[in-house]
Amino acid sequence: MQIHLTHQDRVPTYLQIVNQVKYLVASGRLKAGEELPPIRALAEQLVINPNTVARAYRELETAGVVAKRSTTGTYVSDAGSPLARRERLKLLTERIDALLVEARQLNVGTDEIIDLLRQRDKSL
Amino acid sequence: MIATGSSPIVIDMQGVTRRFGATIALNNICLSVPRGCVFGLVGVNGSGKTTLIKHVLGLLRTETGSVRVFERDPVADPVNVLSRIGYLSEENDLPAWMTVAELIRYTRAFYPGWRDDYAEELRQSFGLEAGARIGTLSKGQQARAGLLVALAYRPELLVLDEPSSGLDPLVRRDILGAIVRIIADEGRTVLFSSHLLDEMERVADYVAMIDKGRIVLSAAMNDIQASHRRLTLRFEQARSQPPALAGALAWEGAGHEWTAVCHGPIDEVRAAVSASGARIVEEHGVGLDAVFVARMSRPSAMAQAE
Repeated sequence: MQIHLTHQDRVPTYLQIVNQVKYLVASGRLKAGEELPPIRALAEQLVINPNTVARAYRELETAGVVAKRSTTGTYVSDAGSPLARRERLKLLTERIDALLVEARQLNVGTDEIIDLLRQRDKSL
Repeated sequence: MIATGSSPIVIDMQGVTRRFGATIALNNICLSVPRGCVFGLVGVNGSGKTTLIKHVLGLLRTETGSVRVFERDPVADPVNVLSRIGYLSEENDLPAWMTVAELIRYTRAFYPGWRDDYAEELRQSFGLEAGARIGTLSKGQQARAGLLVALAYRPELLVLDEPSSGLDPLVRRDILGAIVRIIADEGRTVLFSSHLLDEMERVADYVAMIDKGRIVLSAAMNDIQASHRRLTLRFEQARSQPPALAGALAWEGAGHEWTAVCHGPIDEVRAAVSASGARIVEEHGVGLDAVFVARMSRPSAMAQAE
């Protein structure tokens, strides 16, 4: 599992881990039943406070992305697929929101944006 | 990582004031460091960080107020306090004439809990030659040697005073890595001062900002990040002066658009903005560096906010 932290967009560190694990699950790079690295190992690898990793894992557990199995470790949940679709849509929604905000600032209407999307889709 | 052991508070300072002649180095410091956390002290040079740390180590006698470490007075009971603390400072004054092996043998005599296997593991991972004289080592290797003898008895409390100052990124990574490993051992506590705020952001659970001997902000890192945002406001009428807005720490801007780091519940800040007749055109989270600049540069605005 590869997590890359950045300080550019000012997203809290635990949230960067949460988002990237969700993305890895949604894109199939982390599969159902696969084990996440132990908290301590990931903290040492990223050189961050273990409490931050623990918080990210708790959030992922609450969201149903991962599950703790007794005391052995943290694993990607089996009920991954409907969630994966929801997460995929959520990732796109964030991009669409950013696009709409920029379009509004540039005085481009929503219908024009939809036309532009279709044009681009054909040309890809 | 969950607090364990007898007392949940490892360092307790109440109303500590310290004067050097006419200068007030510490002004009514109140600080509680819970067991099992990384507690960061940030402030510009001369703000009082080192004086505060010297009180924790019992190197300075408390004139006003009280200092307790492991529920003991570090001045009255140095043996029982210092044997549980690992300490590394910026001016890492190791005996230059000793070799690395001699330094290890010399230091281990003071600490019953010394772990030879751990010391050897650290020596190898830091790339320190046993026969090399301390005085001939680079500044980075001297810092690693200092870190080795501060860690090898697995102290319950690690105190680091500007440990990264003037060191290259690889040594800084070793020092941060040591903090991460020590805190991953349950119940151990770290107090460290730094002006490298990105490092502080990576590892600290709690942060206290010190300005001219006073603590101007002391909070959990998560709360600091959650309660500060940078807002850009647009006013219909151009302004020559920044607006008065509850929670705004420091303004920049001119004319129609003004930007400030704001502190407080975001709903209240938003309500204050619409009451002022402006609208928010940009909103971002901020890092510890932006909070620090906002808190330090405009003490008058800060006093208004609180």
